[in-house]
Amino acid sequence: MSTLAALARLRAARQGRAEPLCRVRHHHLTDEPLVLVVLNLSGEATAPLACMAGTRRDEAVTLTVPQPRNRDLRQEFYRELAAVVLAHIARCEDDRQELPATRTRPAQPICTDAPQLVVANRPTADYLRLMGRATRFQRPGEDGGDQAVAHLGQWLTFFTERAEYPGSSLLLTLTEQLTAHWATGQSRLEDANLAKLLAWIDPPDGLDGARAALAAENPVDFPPAGPATDPTFDEVELQPAMQAYDEAVAAGDEEAARQAAARLRQAVAGQLAPTWQRIWDGLELLRAIPEAAGCLRRWEDDRLRFTAMSQHIRDGGPPQPIHDRAVDAAIRLASLERAQQLFDDQRALDDPFVLAERRTTGEAFGGVVVDRDLEHLGQSPTGRPVRRPRFTVRTEDPPPYDTTRTLASPRHPGKTVRICQVTPDGPQAHLILLELVSGMGNRKELPPDVVPDIGETVCYTPVPSWRGSPKYPAAEETPWTHGGPPSQPGDVPQPEEP
Amino acid sequence: MTATDLPDASAASEAAVRAILDDLAALTAPGAGRGVVVDSPPGAGKSTLVRRAARALVAAGEQIMIVAQTNNQVDDLASRLAAEAPALRIGRLSSTDYRGPLLGSTVVRVATKPAELDDCHITLGTAAKWATVEGHHRRWAIVDEAYQMRSDALLLVAPQFDRALFVGDPGQLDPFAVVETDRWAGLAYDPRLNAVDVLLNHNADTVVQRRLPVSWRLPPSAAALVSPAFYPYTGFAAGTAEEERRLEFTVAGIGSALDETLETARRHGWALHELPARHTQRTDPQVCGAAAALAARFLARGTVERCEHHPDGRALTPADIAVGVVHRDQADQVRRALAGTGVAGAEEIVVDTANRLQGREFEVVVVVHPLSGRRDATAFHLEAGRLCVLTSRHRHACVVVARAGIPDLLDAHPVDDPVHLNVPVKFPDGWEAHHTLLAHLEPYKTAVTG
Repeated sequence: MSTLAALARLRAARQGRAEPLCRVRHHHLTDEPLVLVVLNLSGEATAPLACMAGTRRDEAVTLTVPQPRNRDLRQEFYRELAAVVLAHIARCEDDRQELPATRTRPAQPICTDAPQLVVANRPTADYLRLMGRATRFQRPGEDGGDQAVAHLGQWLTFFTERAEYPGSSLLLTLTEQLTAHWATGQSRLEDANLAKLLAWIDPPDGLDGARAALAAENPVDFPPAGPATDPTFDEVELQPAMQAYDEAVAAGDEEAARQAAARLRQAVAGQLAPTWQRIWDGLELLRAIPEAAGCLRRWEDDRLRFTAMSQHIRDGGPPQPIHDRAVDAAIRLASLERAQQLFDDQRALDDPFVLAERRTTGEAFGGVVVDRDLEHLGQSPTGRPVRRPRFTVRTEDPPPYDTTRTLASPRHPGKTVRICQVTPDGPQAHLILLELVSGMGNRKELPPDVVPDIGETVCYTPVPSWRGSPKYPAAEETPWTHGGPPSQPGDVPQPEEP
Repeated sequence: MTATDLPDASAASEAAVRAILDDLAALTAPGAGRGVVVDSPPGAGKSTLVRRAARALVAAGEQIMIVAQTNNQVDDLASRLAAEAPALRIGRLSSTDYRGPLLGSTVVRVATKPAELDDCHITLGTAAKWATVEGHHRRWAIVDEAYQMRSDALLLVAPQFDRALFVGDPGQLDPFAVVETDRWAGLAYDPRLNAVDVLLNHNADTVVQRRLPVSWRLPPSAAALVSPAFYPYTGFAAGTAEEERRLEFTVAGIGSALDETLETARRHGWALHELPARHTQRTDPQVCGAAAALAARFLARGTVERCEHHPDGRALTPADIAVGVVHRDQADQVRRALAGTGVAGAEEIVVDTANRLQGREFEVVVVVHPLSGRRDATAFHLEAGRLCVLTSRHRHACVVVARAGIPDLLDAHPVDDPVHLNVPVKFPDGWEAHHTLLAHLEPYKTAVTG
């Protein structure tokens, strides 16, 4: 935890209300995200009990499984869920435009919008991954396999894998979104409870955050957000209803089974509804924060991924393998690290709070311009003298630890500079000599405000570097150090229920 | 170990190197295996081995590539090779904005493309630079500091060679990944593993494993601790004898706690400077201040070192002294404190984090203990490699600065890392290594009051 984040938590604890950590929202929110609340049967890894889904607060579909241990009923549930999720996805699949070529990629079609899933917490996102794992290897016609369910599995896998990328907005976990924007006076473990988290951010009238959070521990008024259920509910309501259903089915009494299923549905709906409302409350809080400028580019990345996945499924592409091959793992790790770096750098440019945090760690710095030399000449890569105006900033921040990166001021992100020299100036301060490397224009005359004036207060932070990744060998050319080419092309996965 | 053992140490070391060179010669025959992995304890002559092996392979008619991890390592290796073997054509691959010491060199050719260095006997570059190269191939490669290399970096360079010598120190810090996921846990090619682990996971039967048995850097006092604590199954010995290295102070002390700690370090090669127990921020001003004061005190006391290279004594300069810390902000704090000591040259003392001290050598090292003042013992602060790097950089003495109460902290925080199938338990265990170190330092403790 950074010093500023710790400070924010202390202030939140003292004032009894969450303290904002960001000025802007760093994830994109679509107009109609598909919210999913999922409950699982206790004691089973992936036996879905119920799901509430919908794109608007007042329009929800509730799916329940009267006996989740029954594989056929489970499959029926997946079919119903597939209908909801695939419909949400299909709305975005056909409306495409042409994305113009850039230096690093050719022109390509891109869906103008992408679907977005929102869940309450990290365990629910993990649960979607497990459901994807349980369904994506189905083959239509084999053992009751269903094409739509297999596609649901591929999509759920896509969403959950994509959610690992920092800055991606295709699948949002609400507790993580809220904790990124607010510091509370409770522990991080408690922040993972949506009800307790909202109690700190938006406490009901007359209560402070701590009291409201304490009240939110009551599982009757605040049932768990899933996928785990409240044990008292399991015992008092769920178990008798499920038993009644089992007995009715065993006796062949269809009417009794239907009644038992209805009773169970009603009980489960009571557990889902409060979380459903809370998710929409949380989304409203997030929506009230203005979106960061950098979201546009990250969302475009998400849309590109979505477009590619949509095409893959339309072409009848195979499900994602259980394990990455060596080359795929390396590529994924590199792109995850790249996404993290881009996200961190972009957020600091977009958000003064994040910038302040980076200044405490030596990643960014701020100070006053004390000297400048507009006529300084540097050398181009070919040895030609080129104008490279220099200026010196005096900072009392920790000195920058990586002096090789290109920096920019959030006010002028196009005018990038590099660090030439860092010298101590007294015991607490440093003088940082900067050289302008871009944004000088092509004219002979320098633009008037190309370098900040002496006495001006400035901040500099690393700019996102969009440099391409190195070229990895093809999977069939995996070198001997990594076990050579994989034995079977595509490492054909074996279906298996987790 | 006594002075009479010394010829044995030299002989053992030489025998190990010869065995490795013989392995390389044998592997040149077709179908005779893929390579050699050499484990080297701190200061065991790793880079000497790399250079000898390079010359031996060239003498056998090979053109080879050398993969190192940092630009400094590449520059250092290239200039030493050029000095030792002036007849060899040596090339250094670099990026377009290379500004290093070899720029304009007359003995090492610097180029951005391997094609321009095609006639070189030895071409050197960083792993990151080699990763960008296409259409280049050599029968032999030498990979230096292979334990610091992530296996995904090896994946990028491995298509460029058939056989390789991998040299590295298994006790140091593992390579670093900012991405936390258990997606690849248990896979033989987990990209976050180091290059050697992945190599051996797939080639255990075609790769010869060797190790260097003698540390020339660490004095016997240090080897006696570092070997069992961090290399429990592959012990090593010091190459020098007990009395061969000595520190002397030419300026009298005033009997302060600092002087007491210095005296303990002078006599025993270890000292623990213990401040009263207290929970602090990691930039604990008292601990960082004490580390700076101790480092500066070595200068102020006019410390002279005698060793096998300088039997008549040599006064320590600021460059001979290092302060090792865990976090960058601690380094800033120590640097500020050094500047404030008023001791001439104190601000030139090297202060850096464990990551950046890897592979470096000093006469005297002052260490800020990773767990000092902490409330918890996280995996990061417990990591054995970090502690090993900090306590194995010195030729004479190492002073550890810490708050009291670390053994209790350790006992309150047993290791709770997740356990995954197919992932071997990592040895040495950081928790255990911390206890071993503290138990060893107990007799050399100076407790500071107030």
